[in-house]
Amino acid sequence: MSTDTKGGAPVDAHSGTVTTGHEWDGIRELNTPLPRWWLYTFYACIVWAIGYWVVYPAWPLLSGYTHGVAGWQSRNAVVEDIAALKALRAPMNDKIAKASLSEIEKTPELLSFARAQGSAAFAINCAPCHGSGGQGAYGYPNLNADRWIWGGTLEEIKTTITHGARSADDPATHLSAMPGFGRDGLLDAKQISNVADYVRTLSGGKPEAGADLAAGKKLFADNCSACHGPEGKGNKDVGAPNLTTSVWLYGPAKADIVKRVNVGGGGVMPAWGAKLDEGTIKSLTVFVHSLGGGQ
Amino acid sequence: MRTSEIGLIIVFAALALFSLLVASKAYDPGYGFHAWLFVAASVAAIFAIFNRYHSRPAEPPPQTIDGKPNYNFSQVRFLSLAAVFWGIAGFTVGLYIALELAFPALNFDLPWISFGRLRPLHTSAVIFAFGGNVLLATSFYIVQRTCRARLAGDLAPWFIALGYNFFIVIAGTGYLLGITHSKEYAEPEWYADILLVCVWVTYLLVFLATIWKRAEPHIYVANWFFLAFIVTIAVLVLGNNASIPVSIYSPKSYILWSGVQDAMIQWWYGHNAVGFFLTAGFLAIMYYFIPKRADRPIYSYRLSIVHFWALIFLYIWAGPHHLHYTALPDWAQTLGMTFSVILWMPSWGGMINGLMTLSGAWDKLRTDPVLRMLVVSVAFYGMSTFEGPLMSVKEVNALSHYTDWGIGHVHSGSLGWVGFVSFGALYCLVPWVFNRKQLYSLKLVNWHFWIATIGIVFYISAMWVAGIMQGLMWRAYTSLGFLEYSFVETTQALHPMYIIRALGGGLFLVGACIMAYNLVMTIIAAPSADEIASPGSAPAFAPAE
Repeated sequence: MSTDTKGGAPVDAHSGTVTTGHEWDGIRELNTPLPRWWLYTFYACIVWAIGYWVVYPAWPLLSGYTHGVAGWQSRNAVVEDIAALKALRAPMNDKIAKASLSEIEKTPELLSFARAQGSAAFAINCAPCHGSGGQGAYGYPNLNADRWIWGGTLEEIKTTITHGARSADDPATHLSAMPGFGRDGLLDAKQISNVADYVRTLSGGKPEAGADLAAGKKLFADNCSACHGPEGKGNKDVGAPNLTTSVWLYGPAKADIVKRVNVGGGGVMPAWGAKLDEGTIKSLTVFVHSLGGGQ
Repeated sequence: MRTSEIGLIIVFAALALFSLLVASKAYDPGYGFHAWLFVAASVAAIFAIFNRYHSRPAEPPPQTIDGKPNYNFSQVRFLSLAAVFWGIAGFTVGLYIALELAFPALNFDLPWISFGRLRPLHTSAVIFAFGGNVLLATSFYIVQRTCRARLAGDLAPWFIALGYNFFIVIAGTGYLLGITHSKEYAEPEWYADILLVCVWVTYLLVFLATIWKRAEPHIYVANWFFLAFIVTIAVLVLGNNASIPVSIYSPKSYILWSGVQDAMIQWWYGHNAVGFFLTAGFLAIMYYFIPKRADRPIYSYRLSIVHFWALIFLYIWAGPHHLHYTALPDWAQTLGMTFSVILWMPSWGGMINGLMTLSGAWDKLRTDPVLRMLVVSVAFYGMSTFEGPLMSVKEVNALSHYTDWGIGHVHSGSLGWVGFVSFGALYCLVPWVFNRKQLYSLKLVNWHFWIATIGIVFYISAMWVAGIMQGLMWRAYTSLGFLEYSFVETTQALHPMYIIRALGGGLFLVGACIMAYNLVMTIIAAPSADEIASPGSAPAFAPAE
């Protein structure tokens, strides 16, 4: 292919371009000049970079660095962004912080802002345990069911959010917890089985064949009714769930109930009062209240 | 026995005894297991050296036979098969973790197959095991052919080939057992790093010695790229893995650097692993196999010089673009970003040289799927080396960083560029070094090409959509000034994209399995190249001289 020569160098027949004259394992190289568009784009990128260095912080010096003529700093940019966001929210958030919870619910302007703020705060702070739709999970209450362990009025919800449940950080937190009847030797396995059978009947569940419901009822009256009430309808003052509904924090099966009677206890919820501001907590209260058709 | 044989036997015997000591006192069962592997490998090496001593001729192999170089392709054969094996293994693990992301229950609550352990296994298996074996195989082949010299060293090339693969076994089993440096793409712990450095320095010496005794007056461009790759990777590995072990009986070590300096060195390493391992090394492959397969001269010698030096000089600055909007000082972020943008054209120099070399041979793309694979790899290379500078610009990065866009970008480069150029090279290399007339089936190559290409398109478009959607959802504010979406809502939105990505990865794996079958059948069933050249057979085409 390279029989022709130009200035002593062999020429590639197809392209008419001079080759370098070397050959490695049959591979030759054309001596094509740099493509102009390539070279000029390369130069343009360099010029753009130099311009950027002039404007923005760029080159380290012996002490310090070149700050750039724009005086831009990423830290300042973040501070400005956050301040702008706070300024955008501030007028309404201040109103929310000052208004009472019932006023917020009655004022459409405040209510729509509170729901938006509450929904955003819920997604960030609450959804990891209660689910993104407030549907709950094993051990984490469902907030849509209109069953309120610690009370479902606006004030009660706000108290729970502010102080949490069994939170080690807040002396005003909801403290009471169920005893571990089996673990602590208060009831034996047979008794626990009987009481579990009885508890299942409270919400219309069918007891196992041969279950001693009379014994279960007696045990319930002696051990459980103090908190869960004589009819098992619960008591929000001590956070004892209503046992007569189909909503179960730790599952409806007999094994679930046996386990809970054995170990007792209850979940932990952080006290959000230390982390969130008053306006956000009020907004969360209104939002959560709206989820479950609050009381 | 030669002094090199005696010396190596002493070294391996000492290593075996030392590893035995470590195995008996190891604090961690996983580390103890690794010490036993070192014992076994050292003893096996001693046996192998003795065995070879008894069967080899007394004289060292001649450098030339009848005036022609007496090439040594035995390691190339081993390394190409190792590359195929690790490729399939790495792609399979990748597919599995893609499915774990879509269906998290697939980790079955087992620590060894949790995403956190399998992810480095996937990245190391595809980059260092598959990519590394391809680079070793092709560099050993290319340096000999383009220097017209036999590979330097007697036992050294085997030490490199086997030592490197032993390093991969140590690294990979370490990840599964929970032994990790916790540095991305530099997860192997200190003792694996020391092994790698020994192998790598030997590699550098063998490569340099082969170039030193070359019969060609000039050094071919592919060898410049290989040399840059070997030297820079040595520097990067040493810099980023500088650490102090807790004890020689413990796998744990602490890195010398701390805080933001450590982050900077990590990404100086991380980005240049991309630049010198996955770019410079594979450009060397491109510079040999494309002109060879297309039978056309390289488009521009001048461009190869300019883009080589520009690439080498500029790449090393680009690392800070991985740390935009972090504690890294603003000036370092600026330099990382601007040098990444300047890097755009030097990267494209390789693409231009690859594509334009086909000038006069474009028609071959219709008939030769291997060449098509090589050329499409260069197209993907061009695409990802444009996307890279784009994503390094801070405003774009603010959207793309930490999202699946990054995963899409990496895979258009790794599946499209590194994967395809490696497949193309293996399809050329295996018949050559196993002395076969041709591949078992070009039709299967065609199937591989199309299945894998569709797989890549599924993969990267799913990740582009996922990444941009994710970035937009994270930053979306309502008119009242609140975040519009929770994190979990973004993961719910990604789910369909993750399934499409797994589908794409699955197709890519199917293609690789077709290749493995084709290459194995080439070795065991294709006619030997000697059969046509032997007297009495039909006249064969004279090989290109």
